Amino acid sequence: MLEQLKDLHAQALEELNKVDNPRELELWRVRHLGKKSSLTRMLRSLATLPLEKRRKVGAQANEIKKALESSLEERRKLLEEALLTSPLESQRLDVTLPGRPLPVGRLHPTTQILSEICDVFKNMGFQVIEGPDVEWDYYNFEALNIPQHHPARDMFATLWIDAGMGEKARLLRTHTSPMQIRLMERERPPIRAIVPGRTYRYEATDATHESMFYQVEGLAVDKGITMGDLKGTLFDFCRCLFGEERKVRFRCDYFPFVEPGVEVAIGCSACDGAGCRLCGYSGWLEILGAGMVHPDVLTRVDIDPGLYSGFAFGLGVERIPMLRYGIDDIRLFYSNDLRFLRQF
Amino acid sequence: MKVALKWLRDYVDIKLTPEDLAEMLTMAGLEVKGIQTTGGTWDNVVIGEVIALNPHPNADRLKLATVDLGTGQVTTVCGAPNIELGQRVPFAHIGARLIDPHTEETVLLKPAKIRGVASEGMVCSEKELGISDSHEGILALPPEAPIGTPLNAYLGDVIFDLDVTPNRPDCLSVIGVAREIAALTGEPLRLSPIHYGELEKPIDSFASVDIAEPDLCSRYCASLITGIKIAPSPGWLQQRLNSCGMRPINNVVDVTNYVMLEYGQPLHAFDYHKLKGRQIIVRRAGNGENIISLDGTKRALNPDILLIADKEEAVAVAGIMGGLDSEVTDQTDTILLESANFNQATIRRGCSHLQLQSEASIRFDKGLNSELPLLPLKRATQLLLELAGGRAAKGIIDVYPGKSKPRPILLTAREVERLSGLEVNIDEILKLLKTLGFECQEGDSGSQISVSVPYWRSDVKCSADLVEEVVRIIGYERIPITRLGSPLPQQKSKLSPSARQSNLKEKLRSMLTGFGFQEILTYSLVSLEKLQKLSPKLELKIPPLKVANPMTREQEYLRTSLRAGLLSTLSHNQKFGQAGIRLFEIGKVFLPRGKDLPEEKDMLCAVLSGSRTELSWQADKGSLDFFDAKGVVENLLNQLGLKVTFDIGDDEILFPGRGADIIVKDEKVGIVGDVHPRVTQAFELSNAVCLIEIDLEKLLTKLTGTKEYQPIPRFPSVTRDIALVIDEQVNYRTVESIIRNFPLVTQVALFDLYQGKQIPEGKKSFAIRIIYQSPKHTLTDEEVDQTQEQMLARLHQELGATLRD
Repeated sequence: MLEQLKDLHAQALEELNKVDNPRELELWRVRHLGKKSSLTRMLRSLATLPLEKRRKVGAQANEIKKALESSLEERRKLLEEALLTSPLESQRLDVTLPGRPLPVGRLHPTTQILSEICDVFKNMGFQVIEGPDVEWDYYNFEALNIPQHHPARDMFATLWIDAGMGEKARLLRTHTSPMQIRLMERERPPIRAIVPGRTYRYEATDATHESMFYQVEGLAVDKGITMGDLKGTLFDFCRCLFGEERKVRFRCDYFPFVEPGVEVAIGCSACDGAGCRLCGYSGWLEILGAGMVHPDVLTRVDIDPGLYSGFAFGLGVERIPMLRYGIDDIRLFYSNDLRFLRQF
Repeated sequence: MKVALKWLRDYVDIKLTPEDLAEMLTMAGLEVKGIQTTGGTWDNVVIGEVIALNPHPNADRLKLATVDLGTGQVTTVCGAPNIELGQRVPFAHIGARLIDPHTEETVLLKPAKIRGVASEGMVCSEKELGISDSHEGILALPPEAPIGTPLNAYLGDVIFDLDVTPNRPDCLSVIGVAREIAALTGEPLRLSPIHYGELEKPIDSFASVDIAEPDLCSRYCASLITGIKIAPSPGWLQQRLNSCGMRPINNVVDVTNYVMLEYGQPLHAFDYHKLKGRQIIVRRAGNGENIISLDGTKRALNPDILLIADKEEAVAVAGIMGGLDSEVTDQTDTILLESANFNQATIRRGCSHLQLQSEASIRFDKGLNSELPLLPLKRATQLLLELAGGRAAKGIIDVYPGKSKPRPILLTAREVERLSGLEVNIDEILKLLKTLGFECQEGDSGSQISVSVPYWRSDVKCSADLVEEVVRIIGYERIPITRLGSPLPQQKSKLSPSARQSNLKEKLRSMLTGFGFQEILTYSLVSLEKLQKLSPKLELKIPPLKVANPMTREQEYLRTSLRAGLLSTLSHNQKFGQAGIRLFEIGKVFLPRGKDLPEEKDMLCAVLSGSRTELSWQADKGSLDFFDAKGVVENLLNQLGLKVTFDIGDDEILFPGRGADIIVKDEKVGIVGDVHPRVTQAFELSNAVCLIEIDLEKLLTKLTGTKEYQPIPRFPSVTRDIALVIDEQVNYRTVESIIRNFPLVTQVALFDLYQGKQIPEGKKSFAIRIIYQSPKHTLTDEEVDQTQEQMLARLHQELGATLRD
């Protein structure tokens, strides 16, 4: 009997090793551990044996049963594992098939860059405000030291609103600077704000000129603000937007509503300063005009220029993505071709 | 303004390379846009004299020219028609780099035999030297051109193209630029003294000047020369005018232009004998008065225009252009030379009225100082006597009604530091200002200086202007980099109107892009035609604001809605084969308010058209329709925490019966629907289009900004589905509102709408899932059955609805 049990065990194990799917495993279980299996039958027949032999064979048979059961468990785990690691052919996917499409929406590149610019200045404590696109002559020009017939009016080709006789002149703002005045009229120092918005020019359009474009105006007024602070603020801004390595130039320039006046340029991205068509062979790309708020402007809004000082700057927005992405035609921005917009 | 390096060197020593000088000027505010070098390639070209001309043995049109180069003589073949004996010419040796006049490429000159005669080099044309495009003949040099000198040393130069800002008319002159260079490099400025003999009778016996408009002409100076000989100017003068981009005419005109370039003061020469009544009158033009200007054009004048007139008529438009009748001609023997100051605004108005600009008006337009005219007048008189002979009248006419005494400006080192952040000691400030021509006096305390502004710097008016002068000469690169240290202004509340507005726009942008919409930004200006096309009847509901001087008809009116921009953009992109398109714009519209500034209102507009998804094996194959648009609106407003309902709409851009008003808290905040086919046709749209428009200002008033927490239900819910058969006229909303009116109903969802087989004609079937829940206890089947029975009874009673079998 004991020999028989040993053979049974050996044979069962041998068969088990050949089992390679759950269905066969179940069949094996029925065959070797089921009610009709030889082992069960043998255990059942134990009763007919003499006591001593019964004890001996019984112990042996139970041991083998336990061993087979644990081998079965092992085999089951092995098969399950195998099934998860290498699934059946019928469950295999052609993973190269395209996924289910979702409509994809994007922000306009100008919106994207505006929020990038605003974030930089917000982190420096500037508040973001907006102002009207249609302005009085006073805010766009006169209050900014550009009275009628001032030669600097040549710098701002203006689109005027149709007006009847004797009506005050309205125009499409040529820069965001009128908001300097509106802001200082309603608030007292300390002032620290930026104004993003649309600006307009009476200008024939070409690859580098648009009749409508965005600017971001900046203004900080308080006691003790210097050109050094202006330089620091704008250099920080340029580093944030253009990276640590980009060269920045701070030179004297003229805008009637600031004194001293400043122009900020960055090293040309196309030629790295060597000079090319993009930068007009100068190696530099102008990105903004700035300066210390003119004492006459401060006086006009009732801020004492002997006590307070401040800086202002005006930044051309489209120029930045144009440089960053190598866009060579500003007209692409507002003609809204999806083949252009979907690239950003 | 173009300035030649050689000319600048008359007044200041320049040791820098042209590039370094350009960089220095640019940094200091005088931007050099370009540097043009002439003669850089003329290595083997020297000046020679033609000492013999013989016919070519084998060709009628060619000559054999013998040229003396100082070091020796060479013979060369020359075909130029203008070559003459005794002429000074540029001669290129073998190996010179010249421009091939036909291919325009630079080539090395090689030995050649022309019709059997060996040529040892050649006499060059302007084109071959790269000076101009002229190739009709050789370049004839002035007779004083030194033989044997390399051409580069004589003719070569560096021309700086300067972008002079409007505040610096003094830099529209060579001396002005030289003064900048002197201050920047620390070299002294050299100006030669002016003196000449006055051999003629006193000037008063020849002419008088009367300024009728002293406000518009603050000063009028004049000199007079008799017995002058009109001739071409000498070569050096012509060359200098050319280098600055001006065309030489004759010695008198050239001298006035030369001195204008030198000093920045425009001058004008009249033929004295053509001035009637021996009198100059500065007056306004009369109505209907005309003048024929130097360019031969008859120009209509008006009283805004200032004239120079003689006793009878206008002889020049003051500060803008001379008259043809009093022009200096070959016959002129006596000239009256004008150097005056005219009102800046008057010149500007005159130019804009006459649509005319000149080198003179460009300068007056920037505002010149009344102290300027005298010195340039004397300089021009001296030069004319040297170059055109004649006798100067004794004295100068100087009528000066506008003399004013400039007030000195006070400056301290503290002020320089307060504005610039740069610590500069007072001695350095004094030194720098002096090099620019400012006169400084130290005050008693030693810390304050009193600065007198030189007449050529009328742009300097206050201490901030002086700070700029000091800092730009020291160099902006020396300004320290510091960070704002002043206290931050008080931060605005999130609930302030501007914060809420920008917050709403940001949220909407982020949601809409999430829903698959592409943001666009379209022009604020549109054409009248497009605004009209938005209405099927081509009517304008709101008359838009018009631009008085539009660049194009396409951009003539301020938009009163975003609709035209969206529909045009959609149309443009459909033409390029984009299948399913979802676009939106958030932007301002401009609603006129009479003579006041328009109301500028933020709007949201979106359009949807074409296939719902791009072509795909797994795609939903349907087209975007009304319910896509409505779903977007519902999702947007729900996410903002608002309940939205829809009423039948009647906006004329929408197709009747397929448009709805968006209602929030009993007020219409926008519209949604299918665009009227007439409008889609007018915009050349190829598919049906749905449009959403929301007034963001109205929407903002509906947003309370606060949300209230609802406890999560503790008891399980019961779900029941019902299918109702109902008259097809009945709105779904009527059905739903009856259902929702029952207590315990927490959610209602329509999951099928069916018409067709098994449903009687004129009826439709709604399949609706209802979820019941109580906040107080677990619902029993009996409770739900009871509620639903009452509900069905009510639906039957009010709407005739029955349960579908």
